[in-house]
Amino acid sequence: MRPLTYLACALLVMGLAFWAYRENYRTQAAIGEMSQIQREIAGLREDLGVLRAEWAYLNRPERLRELVDLNFHRLQLIPREAGQTVGLGHIDYPKPPAPPEPPEPAEAAPQE
Amino acid sequence: MIRIPLRPLAKILRARDRGENPDDIEAENRRLRHEAAQDKARRRAEGRLALMASCFVLAFGVVGVRMGTLASSDPIEPQSEVMSARIVSQRADITDRHGRVLATNLLTHSLYAHPHQMVDPVGAANELARIFPDLDAAKLTRDFTGSRKFMWIKRKMSPEQMQAVHDIGEPGLLFGPREMRVYPNGHIASHILGGSGFGNEGVSSAEVLGVAGVEKAFDGWLRDPANEGAPLQLSIDLSVQSAMEQVLASGMEVMSAKGATGILMEIQSGEILAMASLPDFDPNDRPRPLLKGDPSDSPLFNRAVQGQYELGSTFKIFPVAQALDLQIINPNSGINTTTPMRIGKYRISDFSNYGAQLSATDVIVKSSNVGTVRIAQMIGVDRQKEFLQKLGFFDPLPIEMVEAPTGKPLVPTRWPAVTAATVSFGHGLAASPLHLAAAYATIANGGRKVTPTLIHGRTRPQGEQILSERAADRAVDMLRQVVTRGTAKQAEVEGYEVAGKTGTADKPRPTGGYYDNKVVSTFASVFPASDPKYVMIVTLDEPSVTGPGGESRTAGATAAPVASAIIRRLAPLVGLEPVTDEKLPVIAPRFAPRVEPQPGDELKVVANQ
Repeated sequence: MRPLTYLACALLVMGLAFWAYRENYRTQAAIGEMSQIQREIAGLREDLGVLRAEWAYLNRPERLRELVDLNFHRLQLIPREAGQTVGLGHIDYPKPPAPPEPPEPAEAAPQE
Repeated sequence: MIRIPLRPLAKILRARDRGENPDDIEAENRRLRHEAAQDKARRRAEGRLALMASCFVLAFGVVGVRMGTLASSDPIEPQSEVMSARIVSQRADITDRHGRVLATNLLTHSLYAHPHQMVDPVGAANELARIFPDLDAAKLTRDFTGSRKFMWIKRKMSPEQMQAVHDIGEPGLLFGPREMRVYPNGHIASHILGGSGFGNEGVSSAEVLGVAGVEKAFDGWLRDPANEGAPLQLSIDLSVQSAMEQVLASGMEVMSAKGATGILMEIQSGEILAMASLPDFDPNDRPRPLLKGDPSDSPLFNRAVQGQYELGSTFKIFPVAQALDLQIINPNSGINTTTPMRIGKYRISDFSNYGAQLSATDVIVKSSNVGTVRIAQMIGVDRQKEFLQKLGFFDPLPIEMVEAPTGKPLVPTRWPAVTAATVSFGHGLAASPLHLAAAYATIANGGRKVTPTLIHGRTRPQGEQILSERAADRAVDMLRQVVTRGTAKQAEVEGYEVAGKTGTADKPRPTGGYYDNKVVSTFASVFPASDPKYVMIVTLDEPSVTGPGGESRTAGATAAPVASAIIRRLAPLVGLEPVTDEKLPVIAPRFAPRVEPQPGDELKVVANQ
């Protein structure tokens, strides 16, 4: 009985050592992957910063104003003025168009 | 310790006397000595065992506790703390109140040289001079062939230039990464933002430091990694600021003024929506400050905050509001306005003769100097001073710009009767337009003190009540009448109930006295009068306009129409509903209209963390 116990213990220790060894390498691989992702995020953040700066630059009021002036004959945009807003309750909406007639009324009788 | 001898002579002799064997005594003593030695050895061994056992328990305990903490803690990235510190950009962005970018960073490169590593210094110098037209080939050659080991060539350059330098293939030319501050909107809000420059420079990085405006005032905050890259949100609205600068610039041109200032401020919160000072500059390429001459001639000079102007008749509302508060007068009280009036050897006269008596309201509406002085005299010098101090006219404004302390009002040190009289109509006390905005906001805020700020959405303590609500309402009502039937008729904007006061002040000569033909004209307004939401100040420096009646410099003909144009343009932008008498019919909907939900802004500004 005793030799068997010793053998089992030795095998258990070897098994655990192997597991710990693998865990160690897996952890290191994960850390490596993570730092790679972090670097990627840093790169993307940088790109994002550039894109945001570019967006802000392209949307600067001066340029938009020039574009509005250039395209005046098509868009006819002018600054907003007082009296151009009105409450929703004051708008006389047209009636919505009637739903299209069903092709065969006899068959398409709605069941209510 | 006295060692017991194995054969003590006394005992041996006694044993011999009794005929016993003396060797027994020796054996007995040997036994005792042996036992003592054994005891000692055992105690020592036991001590060692206990020490070993405790060492093992401690070691296994440490392993066990560590395993326990590892098992019970949440999994985290072990290196993220270190990594993220590198990702966060050096300096946080600055945005407007809706998150539109006003200042951000771009990564660029600087160029430096190690001349001792160069293969072909002369060729490199010629190539560099070709790529950068502002560099001198002869000077570069001298530097490269001299004894220098290191030199900067360019602080920052574009990617195209970098590629061109790279293509020279010179190993002695090296690049260092640089973070560069970019103001994508150019001139807009330049005085507020200020600008930035490089601080300590190294090969691999350089400090970006604010040099003026908000950038400098919040330098520590913007560079603090604890904020995790969160942007600094200003109270400025980019579109409002841009529209104000545009309208103000055209107004300045029409009125042939030397400079102009416009301030739009929310009354309730004190947040500044737009603050323009013309001429302005491009913070991406900040001009050098003037070393001599008048600093106000430089485009760097922020008239709204740093300018110290005698603001003229716009001050008249303060003694009148105070007198209303103290219940010395009511709006209909008759005030003696016989002009000219004498105080000691000085004479105070009105723009034109308004007769012997005006009501208090008409003193403001017609802008009578004499009437205002009479009201100020009723109040008394001490109370007048105390009120102006409470309104903030004696101290620099606590606004978040480094320039704020330089805008400390010029207050006379002594207040004889004549100074008290001139201050009541805005001469002798020079303050910045922003001081005036804060004081008008205080009156329009029901008498509760308003402190201007540039930061959006900060909770601040409510201001002190320095004027009764009733007096404040009556003062705003008088200001409204100035626009409907007084000196500022040109400032009326249909639907927005502008209430305001004009002010024309002669400019003081640097040598003393006043210019005859140079004025600072100001229009201070609040709108809408029935429920004041915004205060707006327009100041023109040396305006003049030629109308049908000849040349005019009064604020009613210069600042007031510009203010009206600005309000007409800005009020719809800030989302103010016009007040109209016209009653629109309410139509019962024939069906429930489907209203599209507000589309979310496609470009979300995220913290750079």
